[in-house]
Amino acid sequence: MLRRTLLGAGAAGLCAASPPRFAIAQPAQARVLKMVPQANLTSLDPIWTTANITRNHGYMVYDTLYGMDETFRPQPQMAEGHVVEEGGRRVTVTLRSGLRFHDGEAVRAVDCVASLQRWMKRSPIGQKLETFVDALEADGDRRIVFRLKQPFPLLLSALAQVSNSPPFIMPERLARTDPFQQVREVIGSGPFRFVPREFNSGSLVVYERFAEYSPTPVGRPSLTAGPKTVHFDRVEWHIIVDASTAAAALQTGEIDWYEQPPPEIQLLLRRNRNVQVEAIDPLPLTGILRFNHLHAPFADKRMRQAILPAINQADFMSAIVGPDPSLYMTDVGVFTPGTPLANDAALAALRGPRSVDRARALMREAGYTNQPMRLIGPTDILAPSAMTQVGADLVRRLGFNADIVLTDWGTTVQRRTSREPVERGGWSMLFTSFSSFDFVDPSAHFPLRGNGANAWPGWPAIPRLEELRDAWFVAPDLAAQQRIAREIQEVTMDELPYVPVGSYLSITAHRRNLSDRVKGLALFWGLRRS
Amino acid sequence: MFAYVVRRVLATIPVMAVVALFVFSLLYIAPGDPAAVIAGDQATPADVERIRQSLGLDRPYLVRFGAWLWDILNGDLGTSIFTNLPVSTMIAQRIEPTLSLMVVTLILAISVAVPMGVVAAWKQGTVIDRAVMAFAVVGFSVPVFVVGYLLAYFFALEWDLLPVQGYTPLSRGVWPWLQNLILPAIALGTVYIALIARITRATMLEVLQQDYIRTAKAKGVGQAGMLFLHALKNAAVPIVTVIGIGIALLIGGAVVTESVFAIPGLGRLTVDAILRRDYPVIQGVVLLFSFVYVLVNLAIDLAYTLFDPRIRY
Repeated sequence: MLRRTLLGAGAAGLCAASPPRFAIAQPAQARVLKMVPQANLTSLDPIWTTANITRNHGYMVYDTLYGMDETFRPQPQMAEGHVVEEGGRRVTVTLRSGLRFHDGEAVRAVDCVASLQRWMKRSPIGQKLETFVDALEADGDRRIVFRLKQPFPLLLSALAQVSNSPPFIMPERLARTDPFQQVREVIGSGPFRFVPREFNSGSLVVYERFAEYSPTPVGRPSLTAGPKTVHFDRVEWHIIVDASTAAAALQTGEIDWYEQPPPEIQLLLRRNRNVQVEAIDPLPLTGILRFNHLHAPFADKRMRQAILPAINQADFMSAIVGPDPSLYMTDVGVFTPGTPLANDAALAALRGPRSVDRARALMREAGYTNQPMRLIGPTDILAPSAMTQVGADLVRRLGFNADIVLTDWGTTVQRRTSREPVERGGWSMLFTSFSSFDFVDPSAHFPLRGNGANAWPGWPAIPRLEELRDAWFVAPDLAAQQRIAREIQEVTMDELPYVPVGSYLSITAHRRNLSDRVKGLALFWGLRRS
Repeated sequence: MFAYVVRRVLATIPVMAVVALFVFSLLYIAPGDPAAVIAGDQATPADVERIRQSLGLDRPYLVRFGAWLWDILNGDLGTSIFTNLPVSTMIAQRIEPTLSLMVVTLILAISVAVPMGVVAAWKQGTVIDRAVMAFAVVGFSVPVFVVGYLLAYFFALEWDLLPVQGYTPLSRGVWPWLQNLILPAIALGTVYIALIARITRATMLEVLQQDYIRTAKAKGVGQAGMLFLHALKNAAVPIVTVIGIGIALLIGGAVVTESVFAIPGLGRLTVDAILRRDYPVIQGVVLLFSFVYVLVNLAIDLAYTLFDPRIRY
């Protein structure tokens, strides 16, 4: 055989073996959903870490006793119901029958007890609940009994907590793991089964529908409550870090859903008729300006108050989401706009004409004499980075002797834990943002804590805030909670542990043929392809 | 020759030891704390400290370095702080895409660049020569990601000819595998083609002035035979050297290319690990890259003997 003949035959074979291009460009198979998540899934234990991506992974694999509906009311999920006795000091939750873990074992009350005990060591509201619990025990296979020192009105809300380590139920053998160590296996009783053999952190995460999952018969899908009915056999998370590449893959149909496209990409995607661009959560995230209360210049309350006249929430928000005012909110206070505790108490200082000159005058009155201050922030996370850029411009215009330190997120996270003064590497101000669920109420609202050395970085010591938080936990009803929430906001706007700098919507983009998406998070039940 | 190879392989040990010390020390003094990243926003300082202890990050420098070195000597690259997976497993998951990308890029670059350089030298001063040199300047100047985006835009989005992202293992067929590598290889190979073409041209120009080339012409050797058999073989040593040095370019460029085309390779693994401060992964991957680089240099040195019989080891 001539060499040329051989090469020709080889080339012909290669072409014959090639699938036509149109087959590749078609949308994924009808029963497979491909999504680009907001971040890489690195750790698989949603109790061990509070990373949002791990929380979303948790909702795929695990289930909770109670789910939270979009009006923030807890609804039975794995639970069939509960009974409150002894004036609220004994609460018995009964499991639905027929629940199974992915390894085939039945879900028992003892699994739930072990899971909740581990969760109470890590979750903020779990830690609070633990202080109320005298005993938590299994009564048979289906009853979980809370014996409380005093009534804890938020018990069901805690069990339905949406974010910051939701109380996911694991088999007892895994739930016995030290809460500061990761579990070694991913076994839940949720609607999807994790496929470990295909897991490639940084590239691909695969879930398969759990055929034995039995959705709650109660209600309709609403946030994490209601029946979790799955319409896909397989869900693939493809980690694509480059936004342009992810957007191109969505446009060509190589993927079905891009969870968090950045604003400039959103503009591009809105022009594509096959792509739907919408808010992933009708509730917004909130940005904050955090002061370091330990050192000058912001250890002085008057200095914190002095810069308020110069804060323009619209400036910060438009830096994140662009100029479209429908994508952000101003006049934002301590709690997530649109939720029961959001209120307008003491927000006058953030309204009306903004004035850098007025702020400078107040700084002089407060005794500012060019002490050094340091603004730290990341360059690689969209919202904090954008707010930090606006903040850097603001502190310069205010005449601060400012050192602006921009680093990657990992360095910022470490650096903000420094309690040293500026001259020894410490910091004075930073910007970051929190999800809608974090600011729904005081339970996991870290910047609102006033517990000094144990508080979130910035370490404000504001005892009144702590008193109000404690009072909120035992408030008997929503009206009482709302009264406390107003006072919390008044104290916050006076003491200024932080300044709210506005709220913005998180936008998602998916192929238009996807419908019935459950709003709030990247959730995969209910969702179907038309 | 055999003794030389053994000596060179043994010489990699101190090199790797220095690299290990350097990488470990650099990470030790670099800012960032994986425990703080893991613990999340709401963690108390006590929580962060407890995680740090559980990860062994609270131990002194020498203890940590000694433990890591001991594990390395026992063939254990450690376990990822975040995924809890052995570093060797993570590297094994990622090595095929990176290796595939580099091999395809190398083949593409050499098969395009060497003929380009040879022809440019042969046609020195003509339009062809100027076109090759212009390509070399542009290819060397345009960043990899720009080339990548342009290719993705035209070949994937506009013309729908090739996929825009991802990687398909070779086990699923040659064409599916190659299909995902064509655009990344062109993007990554452009700078490499420019470099090799330039060096090939310069070296060939020098060789083409030699007396034996004139003699070959006088004896009636054909153009192709003269260029590729007589001249190119004698010009090969510097070209092979540049190809070897260029492996470092490829490793660096692979990081960007893998990001642009979402290829789950070692480059992405390295960047992700650095951003999260996943120390064992960073250390493992950098050690691997260093090892590969040392081996490539050895292979290049050995290749000299093929092209120039006067070289002996």
